[in-house]
Amino acid sequence: MKVGRRVAMLVIMLFLLGIVAGCGGGAQQTGEKAGDTADTINVGINVELSGGVASYGTNARDGAILAIEEINKAGGVLGKQIKPIERDCKSIADEAMSVSAALISENIVAQIGPLTSGNVAGSTPIMMENKVPLIAPAATAANVTVDDKTGKTKDYIFRVCFIDPFQGTLMAQFAADNLNAKNAVIYCDNSSDYGKGLAQYFEKTFTEKGGVILAKEGFVKDDRDFRATLTKIKSLNPDFIYVPGYYQEVAPLIKQARELGITVPIGGCDGWDSPDMVSVAGPEALNNTYFTNHYSSQDKDPKVVKFVEAFKAKYNKDPDAFAALGYDSVQIMVQGLKDAGEADPVKLKEALEKIKDFEGVTGKMSIDDQHNPVKAGVIIEFKDGKQVMNTRIQP
Amino acid sequence: MHEFTQQIVNGLSLGAIYALIALGYTMVYGIIKLINFAHGDIMMVGAFVGYFSLTLLGTNIFVAMVTAMLTCAVLGVLIEKIAYRPLRNSTRIAALITAIGVSLFLEYTVIFLLGPSQKVFPASAFPLKAYNVGGLSILNKDVFVFVSAVVLMLILQYIIKWTKTGKAMRAVSLDREAALLMGISVDKTISITFAIGSALAAAAGVMVGVYYNTVNPLMGIIPGLKAFVAAVLGGIGIIPGAMVGGFVMGILETMVSGYGNSLYRDAVAFGVLILILLIKPSGIFGEDTGEKV
Repeated sequence: MKVGRRVAMLVIMLFLLGIVAGCGGGAQQTGEKAGDTADTINVGINVELSGGVASYGTNARDGAILAIEEINKAGGVLGKQIKPIERDCKSIADEAMSVSAALISENIVAQIGPLTSGNVAGSTPIMMENKVPLIAPAATAANVTVDDKTGKTKDYIFRVCFIDPFQGTLMAQFAADNLNAKNAVIYCDNSSDYGKGLAQYFEKTFTEKGGVILAKEGFVKDDRDFRATLTKIKSLNPDFIYVPGYYQEVAPLIKQARELGITVPIGGCDGWDSPDMVSVAGPEALNNTYFTNHYSSQDKDPKVVKFVEAFKAKYNKDPDAFAALGYDSVQIMVQGLKDAGEADPVKLKEALEKIKDFEGVTGKMSIDDQHNPVKAGVIIEFKDGKQVMNTRIQP
Repeated sequence: MHEFTQQIVNGLSLGAIYALIALGYTMVYGIIKLINFAHGDIMMVGAFVGYFSLTLLGTNIFVAMVTAMLTCAVLGVLIEKIAYRPLRNSTRIAALITAIGVSLFLEYTVIFLLGPSQKVFPASAFPLKAYNVGGLSILNKDVFVFVSAVVLMLILQYIIKWTKTGKAMRAVSLDREAALLMGISVDKTISITFAIGSALAAAAGVMVGVYYNTVNPLMGIIPGLKAFVAAVLGGIGIIPGAMVGGFVMGILETMVSGYGNSLYRDAVAFGVLILILLIKPSGIFGEDTGEKV
């Protein structure tokens, strides 16, 4: 009886082992296949082409396809043409996962997308399991590349956008170096991690640069009256006011600040990027305000100009930040493939980790040990109600 | 000193809005002992009526305000007839729950019809001018909000103290059955109370629109709650109490943001509610009857 059970266990274990080994073998085989036998390099494009954030995904896809076409025209990479395999994840995290599974079975060397942090998280486990790199164009949440609980970097997940709080660093640099602000007040959205994270990074960099933070104030979502706090800020007479938050609150805040006679520059972040800013605050109040963003199509950098022209010629529309980030995702992958010397997902991952000073259209970037790019951002200024690119800030 | 005076100006404008909303709460409570939680949302509807009057009909701000007040007066009467009148003789908790239902109904009906995003009040409706009085920055919209609030309160005071309707309202508030025996039409009086209270809320809504130049379907919730605190602070059911309570709340919030920590503003506002309920539940102007609340 006892022996019989043991034999049964052994059989089961052998069976399981067979499955595991089979899987492992399979993965290796696909890797070899992608690298050695195929005459094209397959790249998965798993983006949101329908659903809530379809516009993000569509633009990123357009950028990525443009990059692939340019590379193929120039002779491809490692002597092979890149073959994009385009799939719609429907703006659903579960769908992103099954799309990734399908793409992996088509021997992709890497996956571009999805766009939102939530959908990237959906796709992450299967990419990690099969050891295929995922390059996220625009997922900005910190936990996309780093495990929240263990603090460990997720090996196969990369991104080409900076994480949200990093904008605080950029704005602090701009305030201290370009606006010569010696002191500043932070008035941040305290009801979101976004606002708080940006405020924290701003404070750190600004004080490192010798600036003084005179006061830290906060507002919460849906506040509409900021006059009391602004009156207090006015009496402190700061050189600069940093307001990381979303446009719903920031627009009336700036309007009220100007009404109270506060004329100093006010800075913010990409949460400001909305047409409502101008209609609520009015073009006049917005003069002398600045915000950070990933990219501007007005950038005079030759690389950007060339990209904007090519994009317009192909799609007949202006490339937004998502298109630019989609383009860079492909470019950085190609750089990784060149560095790796062969189209193998694991070697590609190792090469991507070592990328330094890669020149993308969204700026020069180096991948840090948390797989976040250290890269430039742009400062956009409101001039009489129009968004005008002011400068590019290199950290 | 200069900063302090500026904060008082800020507080008075905010307080005027709270006071107007608080008046509606207190009037309705005074007459049928119901806390009308839909009151803040009537304010929101008023703001939207004002918005459409300005944008679609191209009226000026005063016409917009009157339109909003009339529309909301009708709305208030309808709500009372449909939702509250059938429950007049049931428990107070049933009426209270109904009020919350009406509140949600108004919010989500507007979201359903107009979408959840904010609408921008046209800037041309109220061209801004700033007056510099001894270094103080006073805007014409501060003056507009404060003066119209005070005028509306004076009119209300007149109606209640000097007209027959007002007398009827006071009588019903004091003792509904006795008033009925004296030949007062209780139903009509209650309808008029709802009409006046809702019209005041609508005026407040248009003022919020002018003052913060955006309107959205959930804009009534927080001001509604704050005005409720103001009404309790002054003594719920007592009209001068609501006015004083509104101004006290406005100035208190401003002072907390201005001299304390801006994040404790709401905590202080609702802390006041708790303190009042613990120490003097009948409010500043209330008499201790020992059995109220």
